[in-house]
Amino acid sequence: MSEIEKYIAPTKLAEAVKVLSGGGVTIVAGGTDLTPQINEGKRRYEATLMNIQRVQELKGISLEEGEIRIGCLATVSEIWHNDIIAECAPILCDTANCFASDQIRNAATIGGNICNASPAGDMIIPLLVLGASVELARWKEGKMEIRREPLNHFFKAPGKTIRLDNELLTAVVFDKPSVDFVGQFRKSGPRPALEISTVTVGIGGDYNDGKFENVRVAFGAVGPTPLRAAATEQALEGKTLNDDVIQAAVVAAWQDARPIDDIRATTWYRNHLIGIFTEELLNNVCQN
Amino acid sequence: MSVKTELEFILNGRPVNIEVPVHMTVLALLRESLDLKGTKYACGEGECGACTIEVDGTTINSCLMMAVDLQGREVMTIEGLGKGNALHPMQQAFVDHGAVQCGFCMPGMIIQANNLVKKNPDLSREEMKRGLEGNVCRCTGYTKVLDAVASVVGLKI
Ligand SMILES: Cc1cc2nc3c(=O)[nH]c(=O)nc-3n(C[C@H](O)[C@H](O)[C@H](O)COP(=O)(O)OP(=O)(O)OC[C@H]3O[C@@H](n4cnc5c(N)ncnc54)[C@H](O)[C@@H]3O)c2cc1C
Ligand code: FES
Ligand code: FES
Repeated sequence: MSEIEKYIAPTKLAEAVKVLSGGGVTIVAGGTDLTPQINEGKRRYEATLMNIQRVQELKGISLEEGEIRIGCLATVSEIWHNDIIAECAPILCDTANCFASDQIRNAATIGGNICNASPAGDMIIPLLVLGASVELARWKEGKMEIRREPLNHFFKAPGKTIRLDNELLTAVVFDKPSVDFVGQFRKSGPRPALEISTVTVGIGGDYNDGKFENVRVAFGAVGPTPLRAAATEQALEGKTLNDDVIQAAVVAAWQDARPIDDIRATTWYRNHLIGIFTEELLNNVCQN
Repeated sequence: MSVKTELEFILNGRPVNIEVPVHMTVLALLRESLDLKGTKYACGEGECGACTIEVDGTTINSCLMMAVDLQGREVMTIEGLGKGNALHPMQQAFVDHGAVQCGFCMPGMIIQANNLVKKNPDLSREEMKRGLEGNVCRCTGYTKVLDAVASVVGLKI
């Protein structure tokens, strides 16, 4: 099953990043994706196993100078019950409420959810709606270097991202939403917990006097990666929300979504869900 | 074979010092190395909750967690819930309400239920249902499980 030659549990970020620069490292955080993937033989351990859970710098949630920062080790439970998030970005709490079980939420980290890069990764959808970016740290020429990339450009294919093997995702950051911001999330399934999403939709923007602005729309599980729905955003941007605009957004949503037929749902059904969720969420925005 | 590493943690109030293979799960450590068979292995993939334990006061599925990650932490399994042979009030409530049939899910179910009540002594029935979503039981149909937990809420535990 494994040929791990070395186990490392660094306590400092710089140390963790240095370890990565040596190559051949498997990173583990909560292990809720990694352990099943190893057990099923879908993945093999590299020579070095690095547990990042001891790195304090990667924990916590903060609001500083108008920017919210979620350390990669924040668990879904911590995000759900965090005061800053509940006040400024409750769409993340709504998503956490649809995420797995208590036991999984207690272990599942935000960094793991993003880096696993499943098209059905739930926390990614509200983060796309919030316009989040990720921070990637690596060791270069004797010091740590951090780059920021929009989450929107992070995903390449199922399980594939622009993160280099020598980079650690340290945090996800986004501007504190304006007071007019309304964010809505919907996941398929009668009881969404413990269900791999068939379709997820997130919609957010500033809603004032019937007008919807700075609109972001994201879809999960309807393409090879979680995606921003450009046509839907365009159909909504700056518009006064009414039935016609909402119907136009639904048509645009069908353009944006590229669902597949698989064991969990047909293309037809996924398109159907995308349409009704888009409509439902926009109606919720109007009622806000 | 993969390398081993030294591991120190507190298990049901007592310090444990043991060498573990670094790829081992907490569940394998408990059942195979420490011979604590209360915590159950069923799905092995986080779906059923039979392997639920408490680590530093929060519940996790021990089948997914790596043993090495227990370093310096405090663990409670079903064996640590009661005092000696005396049942814990949550265990007694399950017995009194006929909430146990084959029993296989029960160590995980009871650890989870107890944790929910510890965190929120005013737990509603709806909150119990939500909190126990990750614990599958093939026998009871859950009604008596919820009755048992409900009977404990309000009691000091
Ligand atoms: C029963 C069950 C139910 C689930 N339900 C849901 C659900 O409802 N919604 C959902 O979205 N997901 C769900 N998941 C998937 C999983 O729990 C989440 O994706 C979780 O957030 C992963 O986080 P982790 O810390 O456990 O990741 P790990 O398993 O530790 O890591 C995941 C991957 O990311 C890499 N990684 C982790 N952290 C970093 C980092 N900081 N930098 C670089 N790489 C990193 C690891 O190397 C690994 O490849 C479920 C899983 C199970 C087993
Ligand atoms: S055995 Fe761990 S959740 Fe089923
Ligand atoms: S009592 Fe048999 S599985 Fe729960």
